[in-house]
Amino acid sequence: MDVGRHPRVNLLTFSEIEDISGYIGNFQVTVRKKVRFVDEAECNACAECEKVCPMVVPDEFQLGFSSRKAIYMPFPQAVPSVYILNESDCLGHNPIACGKCADVCEKDCIDFDMKDEIIEFEVGAVIVATGMEVYDPTELDEYGYTRYENVITSMELERLISAGGPTEGHFIRPTDQNTPKRIAFIQCVGSRTLNGKGNPYCSTICCMNTIKNSLLLKDHNPDIDIKVFYMDIRAYGKGFEDLYQRSKQAGVQYIRGIPGEAYENPTTKNISLTVEDTITGSLEEHEFDLVVLALGVIPRHDTEFIRKNLSLSKTEDGFLMESHPKLRPVDAPTGGVFFAGCVESPKDIKESVTQAGAAAARAQILLNAGKISVEAITSECLTDFCTGCGVCVKVCPFNAITGGDAKLKIPVEMIEAACKGCGTCAAECNFDAILMRHFEDAQIIAQIDAVLDENPMEKIIVFACNWCSYAGADLAGLSRLQYPLSQRVIRTMCSGRVDSKFILHAFENGAPIVLVSGCHFADCHYIDANRWTQKRVDKLWDKLEKLGIRPERLQLEWISAAEGQKWVKTMNELEEMRIQVTQEEIEHTIKMLKEDRDRAERKSKAKKSLTDLIKKEPVKAIA
Amino acid sequence: MTNNGLRIGVFVCECGSNIAGSLDCDAVRDYAATLPDVVCAVKNRYTCSEPGQKEIKKYIKEHNLNRIVVASCTPRMHEITFRKCVSEVGLNPYLMDMANIREHCSWTHLNNWDGATEKAKDIVKITVARTRLLQPQTETEIPVLKDVLVIGGGIAGIQTSLDLADAGYQVHLVEKEASIGGIMARLDKTFPTMDCSI
Repeated sequence: MDVGRHPRVNLLTFSEIEDISGYIGNFQVTVRKKVRFVDEAECNACAECEKVCPMVVPDEFQLGFSSRKAIYMPFPQAVPSVYILNESDCLGHNPIACGKCADVCEKDCIDFDMKDEIIEFEVGAVIVATGMEVYDPTELDEYGYTRYENVITSMELERLISAGGPTEGHFIRPTDQNTPKRIAFIQCVGSRTLNGKGNPYCSTICCMNTIKNSLLLKDHNPDIDIKVFYMDIRAYGKGFEDLYQRSKQAGVQYIRGIPGEAYENPTTKNISLTVEDTITGSLEEHEFDLVVLALGVIPRHDTEFIRKNLSLSKTEDGFLMESHPKLRPVDAPTGGVFFAGCVESPKDIKESVTQAGAAAARAQILLNAGKISVEAITSECLTDFCTGCGVCVKVCPFNAITGGDAKLKIPVEMIEAACKGCGTCAAECNFDAILMRHFEDAQIIAQIDAVLDENPMEKIIVFACNWCSYAGADLAGLSRLQYPLSQRVIRTMCSGRVDSKFILHAFENGAPIVLVSGCHFADCHYIDANRWTQKRVDKLWDKLEKLGIRPERLQLEWISAAEGQKWVKTMNELEEMRIQVTQEEIEHTIKMLKEDRDRAERKSKAKKSLTDLIKKEPVKAIA
Repeated sequence: MTNNGLRIGVFVCECGSNIAGSLDCDAVRDYAATLPDVVCAVKNRYTCSEPGQKEIKKYIKEHNLNRIVVASCTPRMHEITFRKCVSEVGLNPYLMDMANIREHCSWTHLNNWDGATEKAKDIVKITVARTRLLQPQTETEIPVLKDVLVIGGGIAGIQTSLDLADAGYQVHLVEKEASIGGIMARLDKTFPTMDCSI
């Protein structure tokens, strides 16, 4: 309610993000405010329009348990408290087929000519609070949801016991409108499954939601028989265990075991469940008037547009990935973007509110400063070399490079504030036209040379990304894990920075083995920059093979900050490979790579002299 | 002496016995002193400590150093410490680099004194080679607009919007549905306090 009245909140309901671009401190937003056909400022919710509307359709808010009209209030406490006309439910208004609502509206606020509105504004920070969805159990055929009317979901139960629900709180079951006396709750529906249906993670809220509902039902009717079938009861939060004990004391039975199947008695429409009680080890059958599936939480499927435009990534479970799982749980990896609520992971109300407060505070740090200093590890376009080919524009995970036209030779432009410094652009540029500050080509080449100028046969060059692999190596050290002496680490911010030419340079200067290591795909700190690493290494493997160089001398490993053990295992494997590389093999490699480089140089010189000739004497060049 | 204007100082940290217990820090320091453009090489008990940092500052001033290598732990631990340290005596923070001879050397080769010492020398050499080419960098500042966008009008979006608006910022709250409230508005009572959702 307060949010609708607050002078500093511009509340845009029935609205969608049409476009969002920009970077920390400076985002451009376009919102489409969809047409309501009712003037928001004028409507006083008198309900006269609703009374005359002849169209009756299922009410989404009540999950179809009751009906509404084509012009309706979403629910009594809706904010804003304004009617809305659903265009597809309406008999039609072009030409007007019915128009009764408009006739009866005293304030003349129904306008069939109303159009979508496009609103544009700029902001310094974005809070993504798009929430979650509830798992759809229809695919779990064994419980017969949608086949058996008396199998309902936890969300449907919420409506059936709510005083604001379709039955005004009189608890009934769907088939015969009688008050059920025996109720089962099946837990973990769509959660903690490994069979491909549902999700492997714990949705965290369903245990407590069932406990809460069991108590509400006991309040309605103390004699009601409630059995809860569960794997584990996770009552981990403040006040949770107390509620769980109260539920048990009220007589709710908790049976450890998830029913395999539900059967409907065709006459009584009662539901039987067979279950193995895993505490007593006995196989049991129970009959119920109503079965409630305690649904898990899933990521929203309609937020992909926002995710992509803000360059956000997903964790394996499909929820959006935070900047750091422990130390920056509210910040998105993209600067100026913060998470609140279930968009980041399943949460109960208290956790959502806590994170919302944290997101507001985190955003205020940025907004209050009024300016932000950007780390100097950013890329710079060397316009003299840039051909405007646009490869960098394509590979940048942060949309920090724009423009560039190959035909008109217009160089690209860098948006320094959006650049995060992964260096993928510099690695992918074919014309050495991008300078990656603090991780310049010359600096990295100098490191390679320093490794290889003495006893190159004894050393392995390891490129490690700052966030994962380098940290994995640090963890190996911290854990005092021992491994061979041969490895020499060259740190880059991201494996995306590792240019093909670094790797070829290393081999041409006698490196027996080169490892490129980075974060696992979902963990890349630069969204998906390491996908380009993979592509680059794939190409190099082909090239090495063509030149008669064993491709396995170039290795690629994804090692996380937590994988000190994997780091050590990799180092041991690399050492075994290293000792097998002979002096002859290295000499052959050097020879092949040198020849290949000479060929490429000759080719580019010839091309250049031809271009010069075309410029100077076009006729002669064609001849 | 150098003829390209580079004046590098190398500070080898013993880290108590964390580094000095597994390799010869004196040998690493002596070796560092022989590397190109290195004008002084110093060994400290704990380089990150107050006396260690004072030593770096003292040498920068006395020897007019313009590049610094700290051979100690991982830069993930103390890069910011040493960047700040050198900038306090006027050196650009990006002209300091670290050679990780602890996590990547002394701790992982505990029982190979000579091998670990040679590897540590090599790590210092590689870092010095990079440091010679480091460039001063300036961090740029960009302005931040004061308005905020909140996407989603569920309980989380509402709470964030109210907090930010109460703090004095203009909030644009965008909700897809016709009313705010989200999933919570559909719930009857809520745990653990059993009060109403709306």
